[in-house]
Amino acid sequence: MAQVSLRKLFKRFDDTEAVRGIDLDIADKEFVVLVGPSGCGKTTTLRMIAGLEEVSAGEIAVDGEVVNDVPPKDRDMAMVFQNYALYPHMTVYENMSFGLRLKRYPKEEIARRVQEAARILDITELLDRKPRQLSGGQRQRVAMGRAIVRNPKVFLFDEPLSNLDAKLRVQMRTEIKRVHQKVRTTTVYVTHDQVEAMTLADRVVVMNRGRIEQIGPPNELYHAPKTRFVAGFIGSPAMNFLPCRLEEDDGALRVHLSEELALPVPPARVARYRPYAGRPGLTFGLRPEHVTESKSNGGTPLSMIDALIEVAEPLGMETLVFFRINGLDVCGRVSPNAGAREGARMRLCASLDNMHLIDDATGTVI
Amino acid sequence: MTAAAITTQARPRRRYGSMSRDRRWALRWSYFFLTVFAIFFLMPPVYMLITSLKTSAEISAATNPWWVYHPTLGNYIELLSSSQYLTFFRNSALVSVIVVTITMLISVPAAFALARMRFWGSTALATGVFLTYLIPETLLFIPLFKMFALVNEYTGIELINRWWVLLLLYPTLTVPFCTWIMIGYFASIPKELDEAALMDGANYRQILTRVFIPVALPGLIAATIFAFTVSWAQFLYPLAFTTSADQLVLPVGIVTSLIKGDVFNWGQIMTGALLGAAPPLIIYAFLMDYYIAGLTAGATKG
Repeated sequence: MAQVSLRKLFKRFDDTEAVRGIDLDIADKEFVVLVGPSGCGKTTTLRMIAGLEEVSAGEIAVDGEVVNDVPPKDRDMAMVFQNYALYPHMTVYENMSFGLRLKRYPKEEIARRVQEAARILDITELLDRKPRQLSGGQRQRVAMGRAIVRNPKVFLFDEPLSNLDAKLRVQMRTEIKRVHQKVRTTTVYVTHDQVEAMTLADRVVVMNRGRIEQIGPPNELYHAPKTRFVAGFIGSPAMNFLPCRLEEDDGALRVHLSEELALPVPPARVARYRPYAGRPGLTFGLRPEHVTESKSNGGTPLSMIDALIEVAEPLGMETLVFFRINGLDVCGRVSPNAGAREGARMRLCASLDNMHLIDDATGTVI
Repeated sequence: MTAAAITTQARPRRRYGSMSRDRRWALRWSYFFLTVFAIFFLMPPVYMLITSLKTSAEISAATNPWWVYHPTLGNYIELLSSSQYLTFFRNSALVSVIVVTITMLISVPAAFALARMRFWGSTALATGVFLTYLIPETLLFIPLFKMFALVNEYTGIELINRWWVLLLLYPTLTVPFCTWIMIGYFASIPKELDEAALMDGANYRQILTRVFIPVALPGLIAATIFAFTVSWAQFLYPLAFTTSADQLVLPVGIVTSLIKGDVFNWGQIMTGALLGAAPPLIIYAFLMDYYIAGLTAGATKG
C-alpha cells in the first residue's frame, strides 16, 4: 500500500519534451487513470513511475521516499503491459510465480499466492497451459495475475485492454474494477479510451502535450471541464463547439450562434458571463445529449433550434442526429421515436443550463 | 427468361483450369527439380560410400565404378584401428566442442548486450562485428603468422604447430556470425518481455538466462550447429598452422597421411571422409526440428 507523488516531472527524448512538468499526488489505494490522445506523455509518465524510463527532471516519490534512482526491481511495483508480455516458454503457473521465484520465496508460499490470485481471476484451470494456448482475454488475466501475486505497493497498467475486442474489453474492464475492489492496491492506469477512464477511475488525469489539463473525479470532468481540451476529450460523441458572440439585448444576455440564431443565457449564468458581452473570441459548447427533441427537456421555447437533419444514426436506445449551424456540424441525441430521418426538419431544444462558454485566447472554460 | 439464359451462354467466358490441376503441375515441377538437386548433391557422398567398400585392387580395376563386386569392410577396420586416425578424430572433436563452447559463451552475451542494452556506439559495434566476418580467412594467414612469431619472440610461447591454437583461430570465424544470428533472434523478442522481467525483479543476467535464452533456443541451436560445422570442416587454418601428425585435425589429417607422394589410398581416404562427415550428420539429425523451427522463428505472432 503506498502513496505516489510526482513533483515537476519532466522527460526529454533528444529534442522533444514528452512530459513537461507534471505534479500529481496519488493517494493510498486510489485508482488513478491517466488519459489523453496519443503522444500526450501518459505512457512515458507511467514508465517513469515504473522505473523503465529515466527521469529528466523532477521527482517521483513513493511513501515520501524519492525513488528516481531506484531500479525497477526494487520499486516493488507490478506492471501489466498492452501486449501482455507473458513469458512464452513458461506455463501460466510459472509466469505468475516468476517474480516470487526470483525473490526466493518458499515453495508453499508461492503456491498459496498463485492459487489465490488464480481464484480471484478465475484462471485456476489454466495454470498448466502455455500462453500460446490462451485467448486474448485469458492472457490478460494471467498478466494481471502475475501482478497480483507479487502483492506490490503499486499496480501499473499500460493500456491493458487495447488489444482486446470491444465486447471483451467491456468485460475485462469490469473485471479490473472488481479486482481492485478486492485487492485495494494503489493503481495507475493508462488509456486513451475516455470511457475506460471514466468507468474505472477514482480520479481521472487528463493529459495533453506532456501537461496535465485537469485532475478530478469522472463526473467532475464531465460536467465541469476546466479547458476546451477536456470538454472535447471527455464524452462521446464529443461536445459541440460553435464560435459565438454574447450580446445584451434589452437587458437579456443572449448567445448569438449565427445571424438568425440567438439563444438566451440561463439566469444562473448571467452574472458570470456578463463581463464577456460584446467580446470577440468566444466559443459555445454544448454536449449532444443537451440538444434533444423539444418535448423531453422542457426547455423554454426561446432556446429552440430549427434543424435540417443531414445524417441520422440510430443506436437503438437513442438516435444521433447531425445538422449544421452556420456551416458547422452539430450533433444532437434524440429519442428513437422522435422521427429523425435524413433530410427531415426537426425542432430541437438546446438545454442551455448545461452550456459551456470558452475563452478562445486561453482555451479555458469561463 | 430464355432470352436472358441465351445471352449469358453466348458471352465468351474466361476459362480457368481447376485449382487441383494447377497444384498437380506445380508439384510435378517441384518433384522434378528437387530430384535433380538431390541427385546432384548426393552423388559425391554415394561415390564415397561405394569406394569405401572396395579393395584397392577393385578401385584401380577397370570395372563399373558405381558398383561394388567384392564388398569389404577392410578400409573401415584398418582406419578405425589406426591410432593416427583416432588422434585426428580426437583432435577434431576436442577442437569443435571447445570452439562451440567458447563461441556460445562469447556471442550470446555479446548479442544480448548489442541487441538490448542500448549504449553509446552499440549500433556501430554490431556492424563492426559483422564486418569482421566479411574479411576472407585466406587473407589472414600472413598477418597471423607474423603475430604468432611476435608472440613467440616476446613470451617464448610456440603457437605454430599446436592443435590448441585452432581454439584461438576458429572463434574469429564463428563468433561474428553467431553473434549476428543471435542479435537477430534477440531483437525479435518483444521489448516488453525484458521490461516485464525487470519489473518482476530480474537483473540483466537473469533476463538473459531465464527469459532470452529459453525463448531464443531455436536460434541458439542454429548458431551452435553453424559453429560446429565450421570448426569441424575447417581446412585452411589447420593446414597452414599445424604440421605434425599428432597435431592434425581430421580434414587435414586424411589428406596428408593417406596421400603419400603420388600414391592415393582412395579406399581409406573415402572411408575417412565418410566417417568424418558422420558427427555433423548425427547432430543435424538430432537438432533438425529445432533448426527448422529456428529458421522460421518470428514468422508467427508468439
